[in-house]
Amino acid sequence: MSAAEARQAGPLVQFWGEFSQSKLAVFGLASTLALMLLAAFAPVVSPQDPYDLAQVSFFDGELPPLSSGGDGAFYLLGTDAQGRDMVSAVIYGLRASFTVALSAGALAFVVGTTLGLIAAYFRGTVDSLIMRIAEIQMSFPTILIALVLLAIFGRGLDKTILALAMVQWAFYARTVRGAAVVERSKEYIQACRLLRLPHWRVLFWHLLPNVCPPLLVIAGVQLASAITLEATLSFLGLGLPVTEPSLGLLIANGFDYLLSGKTWISFYPGIALLFVVVSINLLADRLRELSNPRLRK
Amino acid sequence: MLEVVFRRLVQAVGVVLVLTVVSFVGVFKIGDPIALLAHENATELEIEEARQRLGLDDPIHVQYLNYLGRMAVGDFGNSFVSRRPVVDVIAERLPATIELTLAAFLISVLLGIPLGIAAGLKPESAAAQSIMAGSIIGFSLPTFWFGMMLIMVFSVSLGWLPSIGRGDTVELLGMHWAILSADGWKHLLMPALMLSLTTVSLIIRLVASGMREILLMEYVKFARLKGLHEFRVVMLHAFKNVLIPVVTVLGLEIGSLLAGSIVTETVFAYPGVGKLLIDSINRLDRPVIITYLTLIVLFFVVINLIVDLIYTLLDPRARGTIR
Repeated sequence: MSAAEARQAGPLVQFWGEFSQSKLAVFGLASTLALMLLAAFAPVVSPQDPYDLAQVSFFDGELPPLSSGGDGAFYLLGTDAQGRDMVSAVIYGLRASFTVALSAGALAFVVGTTLGLIAAYFRGTVDSLIMRIAEIQMSFPTILIALVLLAIFGRGLDKTILALAMVQWAFYARTVRGAAVVERSKEYIQACRLLRLPHWRVLFWHLLPNVCPPLLVIAGVQLASAITLEATLSFLGLGLPVTEPSLGLLIANGFDYLLSGKTWISFYPGIALLFVVVSINLLADRLRELSNPRLRK
Repeated sequence: MLEVVFRRLVQAVGVVLVLTVVSFVGVFKIGDPIALLAHENATELEIEEARQRLGLDDPIHVQYLNYLGRMAVGDFGNSFVSRRPVVDVIAERLPATIELTLAAFLISVLLGIPLGIAAGLKPESAAAQSIMAGSIIGFSLPTFWFGMMLIMVFSVSLGWLPSIGRGDTVELLGMHWAILSADGWKHLLMPALMLSLTTVSLIIRLVASGMREILLMEYVKFARLKGLHEFRVVMLHAFKNVLIPVVTVLGLEIGSLLAGSIVTETVFAYPGVGKLLIDSINRLDRPVIITYLTLIVLFFVVINLIVDLIYTLLDPRARGTIR
């Protein structure tokens, strides 16, 4: 498709035309979507429910990859110490990781975007208060803040989501504010104010749609970082509880067996984790390239 | 300049105070340390005595003010677990973390900058492409898993390097240092590699993209037209200007490395302050947790200030813009 044709076909088609010039980015998008589907349909696609004791055979514990269990079950990636099929454990782990990262991301997105818009729109004291908090928070590594929060909250699915959201809101707020300050001085926003539209309407109806492109970029980057962060926290024993193992917890469980040479228990969950994060990063990298005119080719 | 330093210090004190309140109140809410500390058949009376000795019966604001007052004179209290002064407990773990962080920092500089320059000079070459691909993977690799894979290859399969602890140490200036013994170096190598992974990738990408942008600048073209030696053009004219953001990021990365050492030390059971923090969280050793957090915040504020000041020295354009 030529550039002129693409421009006629509307912004979405044009965007896809540019996006798909990078084969790696298309691969990233496809595998991210595939992994999300896999996680969403985990109970349907995985060979067994690894947390249903009736389906797990304890006698099949610590089998290496490509072996068969006592009742003829085939274990492509082997089993862990409790006899769970590693393929199923990884798919369910993926589900837990995505659940935490997407929920935390959504929460941070809503809170961060709202605060960023408010800061840019009202300026003054509100602006400096919100942005100063965000700034100070961002001068510390995310892992450190998340660690402190979870040390205070304790372990748990909801607590991990809350801690990650409290870490990530600042990134959304800063991005949105930066974009919104520029938009605010444009004529259409001034027109809205002259029309005396209610503030919330100007903020969410007129300002928000125009700050979306940078938001999309930051959302991709933050999703990847939330998945890694959750895995790390769970590895340290501060994230998810053992009853809902994410990829990070699976790796931590396998760590005990690594030194005795049973490497598959932590190796495959790690490969899965790496694959998820690389896929999302490839996607996010391309979005960033497209949003930055200087890098645009 | 002095005004900037002063304003930053006031801000720093504010941040530290807020943090001590948050962590004090927060840390207060997790569990009852007595339940963990008292031995199984402790009597009611013994438990009550222990509570009073540790000051756990006072209202929380009294405990907080007592804590602040003692902290002001350099007394951070005793660890609930080891019963020794927190400052001593942290100080004896500090050399391990300093060694680890410095080693990772050196690896980041010595590996990241040359690879970044190489990737930035000829972006289309196969070598540059693979360096950049490697840096994407380095970014995406969960560091703790990378550390475990190092253990899998070099400890379990090849048996070359030890996977646990710090090895032999040599005493110098009243502290125990592992880098003074060969065994210590062996123990340090894998943890330092793991810790430097993200920073190396970051520096590669930063230097490479900086080089790419700067080599297109007019003054670089002019230097080439003058017939200057290519090495001189790259190192003196281009690289010097790439260095400004790199120095800033490297400075800030010291903080990230310190935070990352918490994870690294856990993977390698490396006896530094990071491992101490995780152990203290699990044992509800409040004085240690709060002291560690207070110190690390102070450290970050100082690092940020120094980085800002260096930045103004390197880039005259930034003068006057720093708040």
